[in-house]
Amino acid sequence: MIKKVRPHITQNESLLFERSSPGKKGYQLPALDVPDIDPAAVLGAANVRAEIEGFPEVSEVEIIRHFTRLSTWNYAIDLGLYPLGSCTMKYNPRVNELVARLDGLAWAHPYQPESLAQGAMEIMARLEAALADITGMDAITLQPAAGAHGELTGILLIRALLEKRGNPRKRVLIPDSAHGTNPATAAIAGYAVENIRSNDRGMVDLAELERIVDKDVAALMVTNPNTLGVFEGNIRSIADILHKKGALLYMDGANMNALVGIARPGEFGVDVMHLNLHKTFSTPHGGGGPGGGPVAVKKILEPFLPLPRLKRLRNRWTFDYNRPRSIGRVRAYYGNFGVIVRALAYVLAHGGNGLRNATVDAVLNANYIRKKLEPFYDLPYKAPNMHEVVFSDERQAKLGVRTGDIAKRLIDYGFHPYTVSFPLIVHGALMIEPTETEGKRELDLFADALISIAREIETDPEIVRTAPHSTRTSRVDEVAAARRPVLRWKPDNSSAKAAD
Amino acid sequence: MLAACGLESAEELFAHLPDDVRLKQPLALAPGISEYEIVDYFQARATENASQYASFLGAGVYAHYRPVMVDTVVSRGEFLTSYTPYQAEISQGTLTTIFEFQTMICQLTGMEVANASMYDGSTAVPEAALMAARVTGRNRVLVARTVHPEYREVLGTYARYGRMSIEEFGYVADSGVLDLEELARGIDGQTAAVIIQSPNFFGIVENVKAAAAIAHKHGALLVMIFTEAVSLGILEPPADADIVAGELQSFAISPSYGGPYAGIIATKEKFIRQMPGRLVGETLDSRGNRAFCLTLATREQHIRREKATSNICTNQALIALMATVFMSVYGKEGLRELAEQNLAKAHYLSGKVKPRFSGPFFNEFVAATNGRAPDEINRALLKRKIIGGLPLARWYPELENCVLLCATEMTRREHMDEVGQAFLPVPQAA
Repeated sequence: MIKKVRPHITQNESLLFERSSPGKKGYQLPALDVPDIDPAAVLGAANVRAEIEGFPEVSEVEIIRHFTRLSTWNYAIDLGLYPLGSCTMKYNPRVNELVARLDGLAWAHPYQPESLAQGAMEIMARLEAALADITGMDAITLQPAAGAHGELTGILLIRALLEKRGNPRKRVLIPDSAHGTNPATAAIAGYAVENIRSNDRGMVDLAELERIVDKDVAALMVTNPNTLGVFEGNIRSIADILHKKGALLYMDGANMNALVGIARPGEFGVDVMHLNLHKTFSTPHGGGGPGGGPVAVKKILEPFLPLPRLKRLRNRWTFDYNRPRSIGRVRAYYGNFGVIVRALAYVLAHGGNGLRNATVDAVLNANYIRKKLEPFYDLPYKAPNMHEVVFSDERQAKLGVRTGDIAKRLIDYGFHPYTVSFPLIVHGALMIEPTETEGKRELDLFADALISIAREIETDPEIVRTAPHSTRTSRVDEVAAARRPVLRWKPDNSSAKAAD
Repeated sequence: MLAACGLESAEELFAHLPDDVRLKQPLALAPGISEYEIVDYFQARATENASQYASFLGAGVYAHYRPVMVDTVVSRGEFLTSYTPYQAEISQGTLTTIFEFQTMICQLTGMEVANASMYDGSTAVPEAALMAARVTGRNRVLVARTVHPEYREVLGTYARYGRMSIEEFGYVADSGVLDLEELARGIDGQTAAVIIQSPNFFGIVENVKAAAAIAHKHGALLVMIFTEAVSLGILEPPADADIVAGELQSFAISPSYGGPYAGIIATKEKFIRQMPGRLVGETLDSRGNRAFCLTLATREQHIRREKATSNICTNQALIALMATVFMSVYGKEGLRELAEQNLAKAHYLSGKVKPRFSGPFFNEFVAATNGRAPDEINRALLKRKIIGGLPLARWYPELENCVLLCATEMTRREHMDEVGQAFLPVPQAA
């Protein structure tokens, strides 16, 4: 039975271009306080464009209605549980939005004199210190713009260190359970990728690792807890095997929400890792960014960190550009500062104990979901889980219903689906990460929904296979979208039925 | 819940962790604080930064007015607290705005396709270079010295390990435009891309058509970078380029001490398969209604892993939405009028402070300081609560006594007059 939602009316809305008519305006500029000039005279007639063909012309009311109507077609954390595994969809505190918009921060120009940027630099330094405490690492760079960018920075640091030692080496090892960004990153950094098979417990196989680590291996990229939500209990031995052969251990910190206050990567052999501020540290996911991907390193990698580095000089902060061994910049300016502000606000609000409590709640919530759903869904890996749990659709697949169908049916029950078909080592995966945000009531509704769907599959599989039924948009033809890509609006290309 | 899990205490949740990985002491972080104290802390930091200053800084980050509509829209929880729209049926809001974004970027740039966003302008440059290398099967990249220096540094970092070789070519000393002759001498059959910026780092409008002709003659792609998106409201779109990569900060994105911003890559249809980043396409749902979804994902890391066109995953969706709202608010006429105001202000300023270069400029230009140290002029201006131009010697030793001055629609005439005064030669004692 569907308990959480019932359908309501949504407004139709066409594209802005279809709403446009000549002369409509949603803006007014102040009168110029300097003489007007002829663009063609100062730029040259050849440099001046004709009108921007097709660009919208709409009124202010139309604009607010347009975007408000579209917004109601989205699901969001603000509406309920958003259990995307590995994405850590936790509540985004609104005070963080307010402080990031304070004039002195939001309007700070990256090139304003350091004497007029001390507040911004202090914020960055304070977050660096907090992240060093949380990870147990020695130094932090806040420059990378998101997780994958952090990965690239981390692998370039490893490469720089190995080059300094005389040989950058050739291969990066990546478990078959890893996020796709890991192999893509290693390839961009100029390394060959070697996948290593997980053992029957879903973990890195020590014997296999021992066998393949040689003097051509630069690093292992490991996610811990891994994408099954399982802590790699042998992490110290993994580090030892690598270090003995002169290779380094990279940790993908996507799942750090399971460890904050409980264990520190710097104390279990990790040499370099990234954090996702938009996951562990509550900054909004925004429909797909912006994120923040700070990188934490041990002392041996510190000299290679991107330029510039914050430095305390007498009683003030300054940027140090004189670092000859640095890999250089990975981004202009200093990072996604607005995201950094929000992450620090989250850290300050929680404090050390509060952060640890959040971890405990996140792990408890995942274990509660596991307990509730284990009788109904196959759990391929039985090791204790941390902040997320991965089921498979094995039982349901026998009745012709796959994880993707179950996900779509969850929508009818008022939830965003879990992560579908990932990690790849689980056939037909349902990857569920509830986060600490949820209380028992929402978790029960979610578990009840999945239990109810499991029963539907036994009695009426068709209703699941054709879901969702209650959304304004029914199942979307993604195959047609890829076969005949329509990637922009044109006055005449819309063969589809417009929304109004 | 503990009981339901068969546990007596929450600590048991971690009992399976090896003892030697457990953190034995509490984190050193101070105890948590209230909302009021958080606001107070950040307000204090904000006050330590410049506030209530007039500023003439540009150089890739521009102070443009942010219409109220922008934060109103992006503050809606449905946009703010959702994620990548993998589940199309409950993400049509985000998907539709991205489709509109892609369309408007095409309309502005004269390109045929645009992606859903890159991290920022600086990281879009190496992504564009790598894309050109894949398209051409070549690995040599020529980049103009008039491309933003920090963008070139980022390109250098990516290239060092990515099997690309980067070489720079210069500008014409008196006009500040790229040196087409040097480009023509340097380009060869191994060149994958020629990268230029317009308006360039000195604010000067480049001859994109001529640069493209040289690149195309040798089978290379022309990559055009922009940092000042408002200029697209008035400048001829770079339709001769093969890839346009740029920064949208000017479109209602706060300067925010350097980020978050939003980059874009736009290109010709024939290069789509080599393009990095997310793309949204139009399709139908099972009832025949128009719908949008992420598409052509076989280029991306979550499908292609080490063979992907880029490792980018999370990008800048909410920031791209800011730009989308901005473009909707100003629209066809407004963006033109806004660009014209910028042009008028900067040219008023250039009547007070003489430009160093003769090339046509949009809303910023290089000014020589008449032999005085730029810092001396800027110190004097700071006393009047004005942040002066950006000294250029740090990147261009040959421009030792030069600063980059920017004026936008928000720059006031009286402040420009004060800057003009500050640049006047110091009267010699008799």
